[in-house]
Amino acid sequence: MKRARVAHAGAVHDAVAASPACGAAREADGTGGEHAQLADEGGGEHVRLADGAGGEHVQLADGRIVSEDAVVWLPPFEVGTVIALGLNYRDHARELQLDSQEEPLVFLKGPGSLLGHRGRTRRPADAAFMHYECELAVVIGRPARRVARERALEHVAGYCIANDYAVRDYLENWYRPNLRVKNRDGCTVLGPWLVDAADVPDPGALGLRTFVNGKLTQQGNTRDLIFGIPVLIEYLSSFMTLSPGDVILTGTPEGVGNVMPGDVVTCEIDGLGRQINSLAADAEFGRGKHEVPCESSI
Amino acid sequence: MPAGAVVPIPCDVPPYRLSGAVYGALLNHRSALALLGQAVHAPPYRAPPQAPVLCVKPRNTLAGPDTVVRIPADAEEVEVGANVGLVIGRAACRVPESRALDFVAGYLIVADVSLPLASHFRPGVRLKARDGFCPLGPAVADPHGIDSDALTVEVFLDGARVQSATTTDLIRPTARLLADVTEFMTLSAGDVLALGAAAPAPRARPGQILRIEVPGIGVLSCRFEREAA
Repeated sequence: MKRARVAHAGAVHDAVAASPACGAAREADGTGGEHAQLADEGGGEHVRLADGAGGEHVQLADGRIVSEDAVVWLPPFEVGTVIALGLNYRDHARELQLDSQEEPLVFLKGPGSLLGHRGRTRRPADAAFMHYECELAVVIGRPARRVARERALEHVAGYCIANDYAVRDYLENWYRPNLRVKNRDGCTVLGPWLVDAADVPDPGALGLRTFVNGKLTQQGNTRDLIFGIPVLIEYLSSFMTLSPGDVILTGTPEGVGNVMPGDVVTCEIDGLGRQINSLAADAEFGRGKHEVPCESSI
Repeated sequence: MPAGAVVPIPCDVPPYRLSGAVYGALLNHRSALALLGQAVHAPPYRAPPQAPVLCVKPRNTLAGPDTVVRIPADAEEVEVGANVGLVIGRAACRVPESRALDFVAGYLIVADVSLPLASHFRPGVRLKARDGFCPLGPAVADPHGIDSDALTVEVFLDGARVQSATTTDLIRPTARLLADVTEFMTLSAGDVLALGAAAPAPRARPGQILRIEVPGIGVLSCRFEREAA
């Protein structure tokens, strides 16, 4: 099952991917392309629309079937603690000219950074290098405390796509990566779906791809994780209790590149769908030359 | 599962609850940076901090007052960062310093507990984000009449005073910190931002009782015990 949370017609809804057999019409959304040929191992009754032309539909908990562009996509589950991994792919660590480490490089993020599918993320004008990071997100389903790696996957509810943006200009060597780099508003994109763990037979062999304006820029496979999912759950749960809704962003492979306002970043992971995010300029957020105060004076 | 609703800290001022998001300003007390001395210019740091340095205390760390904090079996002691924390009253996004305090709903005490940090280079999540490592409380104090940049913070272990500091020594005082933090991340109603602890941090061992006193805000106590192996 592919699960989402969306806002539609005045309320927030739990929703699931609707099968095309439900009969709603497809419509082109203009952002697709030939690249969305996905190997969907999820299978089952919810057939993936693999033609890249958009036109996905969701079924709300109240029965309504709605086109994907008639909803506001929210992070697909109620997000608890956001745990992220740095330098967890051998190639990406090489790309950043850093040695891989003995202990996972873990950092935490706050709820203000979260964004859903099709959201808009601000790209600060004063930065030279802001890059996307396509990552497999592992969502905890059962409390985990001191869980051995052999049993770790029993604590996973499912998986989703994450795009964990970073603005490298703001890196400082204090508690690195510092929050100004990695915990910016709207810079942790989750979704569109949370895909049930039962529909992802081998999370350790999923292809990841990022497209910028339709051009393939990043490619990797979760088989190249330095610390795999079971090891990460064992490590994290050795010192912190993981609770349902906590999410582990497992890191990104090589191929990160700068993005600019107006760019459309599409992240795909085998079986998990396709996530779209657009970059917005400062002006859209009332910043820059014609600065608008965030909250007008009372 | 929402992030919040974890710690039932009394909060009689709007928003009447904590969100569960707790951030801490690190190295924001002059004594903390002074302790590092010239090391701030050497590798791996290479320069003193420019922007606010923050940590996240995730929900598994949060605990109310009068709780037991468990020190892992393989550790001798923990560090206690004694902080005044502010509670956000309404969404704060790039608030100007001149109006920043309008966004503060109240104040409480935040004990940022950590296994001893050998370095400030990496986030140290294994050291800082252990279960129960962030007692808060005792309640959210009404901000009226409180000058958060002129508070005395005293730390006692088993009744003996081990640290006495004042928030007049914050590198970024409250309003400036809020302005600089909300330049890049929006804080929401009920979020907590700890303002920065003095250094060196007192160290506590299993069996000891901690008390942090901040006149005008209250007293936060907890007890340290050895965690079962």
